[in-house]
Amino acid sequence: MPGQSHTDEHRDDLGSRFGMWLFIFTELLLFAGLFIVYATYRYKNWQAFHLAAKELNTFIGALNTVILLTSSATIAMSITAIQQKRKILAMVLMGITMAVGVVFLVNKYFEWGLKIQHGLYPGSQTLLEFGKGEVLFFGLYFFMTGLHALHIIVGLIFIGFVFVYVIRNRITFDNYVLLENAGLYWHLVDIIWIFLFPLFYLIT
Amino acid sequence: MNSNNDKPHIVPYRTFIFVLLALLVFTFTSIGVTSYNLGPYSVLAALLLATAKTILVLTFFMHLKWDVKLFSILVAAVMALIGVVIFITFLDYLFR
Repeated sequence: MPGQSHTDEHRDDLGSRFGMWLFIFTELLLFAGLFIVYATYRYKNWQAFHLAAKELNTFIGALNTVILLTSSATIAMSITAIQQKRKILAMVLMGITMAVGVVFLVNKYFEWGLKIQHGLYPGSQTLLEFGKGEVLFFGLYFFMTGLHALHIIVGLIFIGFVFVYVIRNRITFDNYVLLENAGLYWHLVDIIWIFLFPLFYLIT
Repeated sequence: MNSNNDKPHIVPYRTFIFVLLALLVFTFTSIGVTSYNLGPYSVLAALLLATAKTILVLTFFMHLKWDVKLFSILVAAVMALIGVVIFITFLDYLFR
């Protein structure tokens, strides 16, 4: 163990990260399945999907993309900060990540609210009058962005716990694998959004 | 990066800033490209840019560049699996 001293050896950081990666793979396969459903329905109902996708607000989607990418950068930087024993900076960066994550959810709330106001929600009368393709598009839109938003909430709770651990010095410069795993989870949520954004908002 | 007996690799802040800037440039490029109506090519461009962004996130934000090689190999394997499943699904839909 060159250059490092350990008093607590009953841990396996590599194994811990390995476990997190395996979990991330199951999440990737879950969303990949949903993307395939989206792609095949789009292929079969391309005209309806083309019209329905125009209903989505590209600006709010782009704003949420910028927000998530920034929060991913700050959680990644918080690991550097904790490695350099800069606890306060690490906490500030984690705080920014969480605050920005909440802003993402607030945007989502207004976005969904507007759609529902316009009668565009699964099972609505307006949607049923449009036809099968629109029903599929908005069904997938609400399910996939909803499942993604659920992951944002879980990520915020995860980072919240890690934040408290940093305050209590349970996470330190030589024991921060939990922060790394929270970061990995947050980046996964980011990657899913990187594909949701062009597929729902950009491609019409 | 830090298995217990390895020296951790400390990534400088500016690396993450540069990656973030690249991600933002890719995002605005994909918004710009898809605003023109290029038909199937705008779908292709948007997906290629999204893939490039994912590779940046995996390599730098998720530390794959500095972590044990096994993780990179597994990520590549999972991506390949997803690619094969998408390919086979579309073979079915295109030629049935």
